Amino acid sequence: MIEIEHLTRRYGPRAVVDDVSLTVQQGEIVALVGTSGSGKTTLLRMINRLIEPSSGRVRIGGTDTATLPPHQLRRRIGYAIQGHGLFPHRSVAQNIATVPRLLGWDRARIEARVDELLDLFQLPPAEFRNRRPQELSGGQQQRVGVARALAARPELLLMDEPFGALDPVIRAQAQQDLRRIQRELGTTLLLVTHDMTEAMFLAHRIAVMDHGRLLQCAPAREILTRPASPLVQALAGETARPFHLLSLSQVADLAQPGHAEGPPITPDTSLRDALAQCLWSGRDALPVKGGGVVTLAALRRAAAGAVPR
Amino acid sequence: MTGRVALAAAALLLAAFLISPDSFAPLLEPLTRRGAPAIYTQTSLWSLTVSHLALVAGAVAASAVIAVGLGVLVTRDSGRDFLPLARMVTAVGQTLPPVAVLALAVPVLGFGDWPTLLALFLYGLLPIFENTLAGLTTLPPQVVEAARGMGMTPAQRLWRVELPLALPVILSGVRLSAVIALSTAAIGSTVAAHTLGEVIIAGLLSSNTAFVVQGGAVIATLALLIDAGFRAAEAAARSRAGG
Repeated sequence: MIEIEHLTRRYGPRAVVDDVSLTVQQGEIVALVGTSGSGKTTLLRMINRLIEPSSGRVRIGGTDTATLPPHQLRRRIGYAIQGHGLFPHRSVAQNIATVPRLLGWDRARIEARVDELLDLFQLPPAEFRNRRPQELSGGQQQRVGVARALAARPELLLMDEPFGALDPVIRAQAQQDLRRIQRELGTTLLLVTHDMTEAMFLAHRIAVMDHGRLLQCAPAREILTRPASPLVQALAGETARPFHLLSLSQVADLAQPGHAEGPPITPDTSLRDALAQCLWSGRDALPVKGGGVVTLAALRRAAAGAVPR
Repeated sequence: MTGRVALAAAALLLAAFLISPDSFAPLLEPLTRRGAPAIYTQTSLWSLTVSHLALVAGAVAASAVIAVGLGVLVTRDSGRDFLPLARMVTAVGQTLPPVAVLALAVPVLGFGDWPTLLALFLYGLLPIFENTLAGLTTLPPQVVEAARGMGMTPAQRLWRVELPLALPVILSGVRLSAVIALSTAAIGSTVAAHTLGEVIIAGLLSSNTAFVVQGGAVIATLALLIDAGFRAAEAAARSRAGG
């Protein structure tokens, strides 16, 4: 659990982060969103003390982070950034082994951990272990960057626009991988992003920031249906709201008994994709694989904010 | 490829000349007048070459230690205030003509190798310092940020990330200093330093062009070889640094 209490960072008279309090539960994903200059990155970087807070406190698992030497604190916290920041003079394995080496793990343990992570990120160890970062594709580099951040089994992972440099197709894959891996490991994850769709897809809760203040921290559905201020509403994207809402649920949540014509869709398809299929194929209902249908009428209700099941 | 062949040929020719200078006498005789000797024999050319190289190596090593040290110091948070001072010191080292340094140093250090060592040391600081500075201040920002975020201490960041990545640029500064020092060292023989300049000076004093040419040719060939050696080291460091 991370407890952020009245955290403030001032540069001269200007508060870049202004009295922010936020608690993140063990295993939870929280996305920090906001315009550039809203203070989201500064807030993230104060948690591992890359920026020292002017006032306030951060506790991780009950320990006040100010009581630890910064480098020791950072070894306990995973950190992945945009453009990955892999060490170009080190192999993939050496990059991933960075923090375990700093912590003095023995060689056998490090090697086993590196291979385990490469497997987890679907990079066959025999093929990738000894490659240099610049020999990898953008998506592979990004995966190695996240693997490196997770190497010493941190209880907390901080990510600053980790997928910002990836093209849309690879980014979607990376987001799915991250969600899968986070579920497997149960790591607490704090993620800075300016991409609302990414935040909705990944996060249990979304923290909206503006001018250094935390405006609202709530699950995506609440941000969309009950925004705390016009600014939150604007950031959540007023025109895209129905589609965001649909993307939060899956066909299985909305399926009802019945019969429909045409090719079926799988129960784990998002409602947003289901709507797209209805519109594109001109059908009022789609059969769901394994039985039942999802109707255009039900999709419309869900898009207007009705909570499916 | 042709470059490598030419370098190998130059190295072989140089070795042959140093081992058996007399065999090259017929080549140099046309440059002599009134039966003057074609080959300098006062001191063996081999020993002059060795001491010339030792002097250059000593001076450049000292320049490198101090200049890289200064470059590291002024790129730390705690040392940033020293940047103007370090810039001034190294620039003065470069602008003072070595010959003036020799003249000023002899009364203090006496005749021999020490004044030359000092002059070469001062002269060599600037290229190494500026390149160290350039290397350490143009590192990819995400890489530096990642090193901090991973929990490396400042010393670990310096030794494990910053210096290895800056090494190619630092080496090219050392190369410049070494090549400059190699040719400048010759003037040390005006204050009795044991260098190949001795041959050139003897040639000038006795109007023996053959001496001037052989001294100059040996120094120039050494400079070419050392330049090539450093370039190879830079290329290796660059590929290791992932460039």
